[in-house]
Amino acid sequence: MSKTNMSPKLQFIAFKTIVIKEFLRFIRIWVQTILPPAITTTLYFIIFGNLIGSQIGNMDGFSYMEYIVPGLILMSIITNSYANVVSSFYGSKFQHNIEEMLISPMPNYIILLGYVTGGVARGIIVGAVVTMVSLFFTDLSIQHYFITCIVVLLTAVLFSLAGFINGVYAKSFDDISIVPTFILTPLTYLGGIFYTIKMLPDFWQNVSLVNPILYMVNTFRYGIIGVSDISIIPAFIIIVLFIIILFWWSMQLLNKGIGIRT
Amino acid sequence: MTTALSIQNLRKTYDNAFEALKGVNLTIEQGDFFALLGPNGAGKSTIIGIICSLVNKTSGTVKVYNKDIDREITEAKSYIGLVPQEFNFNVFEPVEEIVINQAGYYGIERKEAIHRTEKLLKQLSLWDKRREMARNLSGGMKRRLMIARSLVHEPRLLILDEPTAGVDIEIRHSMWEFLRKINAAGTTIILTTHYLEEAENLCNNIAIIDKGEIVENTSIKKLLGKLNVETFIFDLAEPLYELPQIEGYEITCIDNTQLEVKIRKEQTINALFSQLSNHKIQVLSMRNKINRLEELFMDLLNQDTNEQNKYES
Repeated sequence: MSKTNMSPKLQFIAFKTIVIKEFLRFIRIWVQTILPPAITTTLYFIIFGNLIGSQIGNMDGFSYMEYIVPGLILMSIITNSYANVVSSFYGSKFQHNIEEMLISPMPNYIILLGYVTGGVARGIIVGAVVTMVSLFFTDLSIQHYFITCIVVLLTAVLFSLAGFINGVYAKSFDDISIVPTFILTPLTYLGGIFYTIKMLPDFWQNVSLVNPILYMVNTFRYGIIGVSDISIIPAFIIIVLFIIILFWWSMQLLNKGIGIRT
Repeated sequence: MTTALSIQNLRKTYDNAFEALKGVNLTIEQGDFFALLGPNGAGKSTIIGIICSLVNKTSGTVKVYNKDIDREITEAKSYIGLVPQEFNFNVFEPVEEIVINQAGYYGIERKEAIHRTEKLLKQLSLWDKRREMARNLSGGMKRRLMIARSLVHEPRLLILDEPTAGVDIEIRHSMWEFLRKINAAGTTIILTTHYLEEAENLCNNIAIIDKGEIVENTSIKKLLGKLNVETFIFDLAEPLYELPQIEGYEITCIDNTQLEVKIRKEQTINALFSQLSNHKIQVLSMRNKINRLEELFMDLLNQDTNEQNKYES
């Protein structure tokens, strides 16, 4: 694919168009996109935080409710940024309206950035809703604002990119639920949302370190309550590395037209 | 004269080894209303897909207003508007958003996009439906929505891939009027259609493609000039009980009030009428059995098949 000659101003208009379209899409169906995570996490707070958590006692010096809130917020950001891009992109392929973008002069990276920004927007909005819900159950006093914000942003970007790649390869609606069900959910649950890996035997602690979600959950927890199972700087490096790899992968797929051009 | 589209030695072989295009050459001039005809699977949609960057070509060059789609894709794409064969919009989006978003993808400011969308939706009688979800539109409305969407960035080359498929006669005629107007205003149009009457009515030049090759590329006028025999149906004033024997004309009886007559290029209808009068046969009305272009189209494709059979045997 040759280099684009579309001016930066026109590219920005095209980018803005995709973002507005994506934003309106998930807002229009808020009952399917915003409401369910709010209800699910409310149940988590009631069952795990209140009922079971009161029996568990403290974890890393915090009540169980305080300990799991950051993980649950981040889990909703992860699943929603991923789900937004995979369902929207696959839906566009399924209905062929992806062709509207492919025939236009906008470069491929604008298409990718537009979808990723849409995913980030949904992740952040759902994250904000879940945070508000959590305030009914516990007090949140954020320890490191910058780290909290940056890890939210990077995590949403990373999983939007992952959702995009899944959307490109998907050939049926089954394909867009396989990765979230069999990979994303287990990795998220085993990523230290509900427990500290210090509770695990050494072997399983080392196995947990292969899970990228562990780094995000712990960095976010560090931003909010100031404790983490792992060092923050290596965690950021790992997240950024994953973003670079997934961005490069996505661009390769778009430039070669995998799944979208014959 | 400016060339709107230049295709040279275009080849496409799909992953399953199917050779859809076998070295297509085609030139379309600025302002033309051009028909690209061919049977299903002939390669029309593949050509269109390659021009619009939806299909990767195997080899060859394509230039849109002298901009090579390999080297100057941004400019080439900005010149093209596409109305595809299948509905390809998000059926869960409102009509006006579909058109406004398409303008945005071309870098048109939202304010201007809204203005252009209003103008186009009014011209195509969709303004009342602007807030409807696209899935609620009728088939004809969906076709018109795709036309509005394809024109919102004011393309110089409009490609219509069977735009009137499944559309009723009234809407088809109003769409023809609309297309004639935008062609008169300077937009070059390429049309593929299965309604040969449509091509004959609208287009100046024509290419017929079969099995990935162009088998004819000329003006409609010249092509119709090649028609050696036309078949007419005569409706008779009174029932006929015996088939008249008129020398030089091939006449068959459809029923006792209708005759099918084949008239060769060098024969006149006047001479035939005079002979019919001699047999005291009065004709109420006459019409072509099938569209003239359709007759030629079938001839060309049959020739092609016969030649291939000869070669294979």
